Amino acid sequence: MNKLIAWFDERIPMTKTWNIHLAQYPAPKNFNFWYIFGVLATLVLVNQILTGVWLTMNYVPSAEGAFASVEFIMRDIEYGWLLRYMHSTGASAFFVVVYLHMFRGMMYGSYQKPRELLWVFGMLIFLVLMAEAFMGYLLPWGQMSYWGAQVIISLFGAIPIIGDDLTLWIRGDYVISGATLNRFFALHVIALPLVLVILVFLHIIALHEVGSNNPEGVSIKKPKGSVPDSEKPKFTFHERFTKKYDIVDAFPFFPYYIVKDLVGVAIFLFFFCYVIFFAPAMGGLFLEPPNFEAANPLKTPEHIAPVWYFTPFYAILRAVPDKLLGVILMFGAIVALFVLPWLDRGKVRSVRYRSTFHKVNLTVFAISFIALGYLGLKPATEVYTMFARIFTFLYFAFFVLLFFYSKNENTKPVPERITK
Amino acid sequence: MKQLIKSTLLVAASLWSVATLAAGPTVPLDKANVDLHDKASLQRGAQLFMNYCLGCHSMQYQRYNRTFRDLEIPEELGVENLQFTGEKVGDLITNAMATEDAGNWFGTAAPDLTLVARVRGADWIYTYLRSFYVDESRPFGVNNTVFPNVGMPHVLEELQGIPRKTTEQRMIDGEMQDVYVGIKTDGSGMLTEAEYDQAALDLTNFLVYTGEPMMLEQKRIGWYVFGFLLVFLIFAVLLKREFFKDVK
Repeated sequence: MNKLIAWFDERIPMTKTWNIHLAQYPAPKNFNFWYIFGVLATLVLVNQILTGVWLTMNYVPSAEGAFASVEFIMRDIEYGWLLRYMHSTGASAFFVVVYLHMFRGMMYGSYQKPRELLWVFGMLIFLVLMAEAFMGYLLPWGQMSYWGAQVIISLFGAIPIIGDDLTLWIRGDYVISGATLNRFFALHVIALPLVLVILVFLHIIALHEVGSNNPEGVSIKKPKGSVPDSEKPKFTFHERFTKKYDIVDAFPFFPYYIVKDLVGVAIFLFFFCYVIFFAPAMGGLFLEPPNFEAANPLKTPEHIAPVWYFTPFYAILRAVPDKLLGVILMFGAIVALFVLPWLDRGKVRSVRYRSTFHKVNLTVFAISFIALGYLGLKPATEVYTMFARIFTFLYFAFFVLLFFYSKNENTKPVPERITK
Repeated sequence: MKQLIKSTLLVAASLWSVATLAAGPTVPLDKANVDLHDKASLQRGAQLFMNYCLGCHSMQYQRYNRTFRDLEIPEELGVENLQFTGEKVGDLITNAMATEDAGNWFGTAAPDLTLVARVRGADWIYTYLRSFYVDESRPFGVNNTVFPNVGMPHVLEELQGIPRKTTEQRMIDGEMQDVYVGIKTDGSGMLTEAEYDQAALDLTNFLVYTGEPMMLEQKRIGWYVFGFLLVFLIFAVLLKREFFKDVK
């Protein structure tokens, strides 16, 4: 066995990679509940790829055959329903864990220097994930697939001058048709998953270059020689991390966080499997009822709502009376997150040591996001639109306020080390 | 953190109350107590469907033999009594009415009913089947309170009898007024009111089954999965504890 490993190590950096990224990677000792979602996102990604491959084996990407082939998978393929529900539930689960993962980053300032690029890679993952989910939702070719895609693609028509040509180019036809379905299928099963996996790789490489943040927002890297041996952890970390710094208050990712994450994974799977086996439609949130009717270009559903994970942005879009401005604001909501590392000019990372004003601001932001998500599911009545406007304002107010107060924020003293 | 959760819940609650206020008037639906374990009910539902619905509505994603197997109907019996169009037992449940004809006869294509319960919900179907009433202004002489101006005739009339919107004279504020009390049949049908409700429930039950024929198996497997996860969780916790002895 050792000989075999040595044989590989002479030819490829196998043990070295294992050590740098797992067995000798220093992870801060104080990770809490919020630190499970990165692992869970990876787990869901693997789930999506595996179930997706098997679904592709029987799915028919054509306007004539798509809907029937999904029902064929659900009824005639052995455990086809399980594959399909794992994939459809996985899509929603992906957004649940990614939203929580992002909020973790916002709470503990994980986007601040030196982790700006790490955050940007994360945001790119989020963007590609949205495109992936959107294109995947067209594939069952139900009423909501069809009309949801119709609404979203028509948004690009609001762009001046090139708008109409752009929508035509995206659809490949004057309306959503088999041509659109085929290209979305190609992008959904090959192009975007490839990009996604590459981005996830870059995200992790960037993370392991700068090291993990933690709930205290205090660095575990101290100047070389400043820490007495008695206070250093008893573990071996790779010299890549110890060459320039003394590492404190950390332990290796493998096996310690792996076994801890296993507990989190088990708890997550309870929720995940509950949905798969007992509520796959999740009351119409994960699988919308009108989508069990085959796409009909001549019949517009009464109420078109995107799937829940898009609704916060959809609510922002609808809150604005002007279509172009609405589209700008909707994309602006995502751009604002992209540039968060530069909007926040504070030096203190963790919300624990930041001002009360910041705590309130972040709380209001979280509430606004959830409220917008709820409002996006509902028809745009007068009352709802008014609420949507208020929460849209609060959503953007978070970023504007943060930019101004963060420079001279009244923060609490930050400890030197991660306290117990 | 606690404060965050608290305030989030508060906002959710206030939005919820707004939501209930803003909801427009709709016909209240009756609760359909469907039970997928009740094979006798499902069998009666299948019988009603094949006799009364399949003439116009297909069930093109569901197969005969799967239906017979799941409903515990012996295959020969099923072929003999529930298959009318000479298909093979492994075929999908399609019908012979062309979409074009349907357009000419009813003004619209009769929708496929395989997944209707997933689109509309069981309560809707159950109420719909019991909400036809005489309306001379409509081409077929009937209308429906749940689905106004529906293009379909009251196919189950021979079972229910002739249903009419009925009003009663009641004393309100010292004046006698006509009050709408619901749809009542004239009793000319083959079934009593209670029997007709049961028939509607059986048919609803069958449509719920065809919407998700895998549901019973799915839930059964789900309990085993929970069992496995529980064992997995226990071992994961023990493993974590063992390893974290080093860290403390």
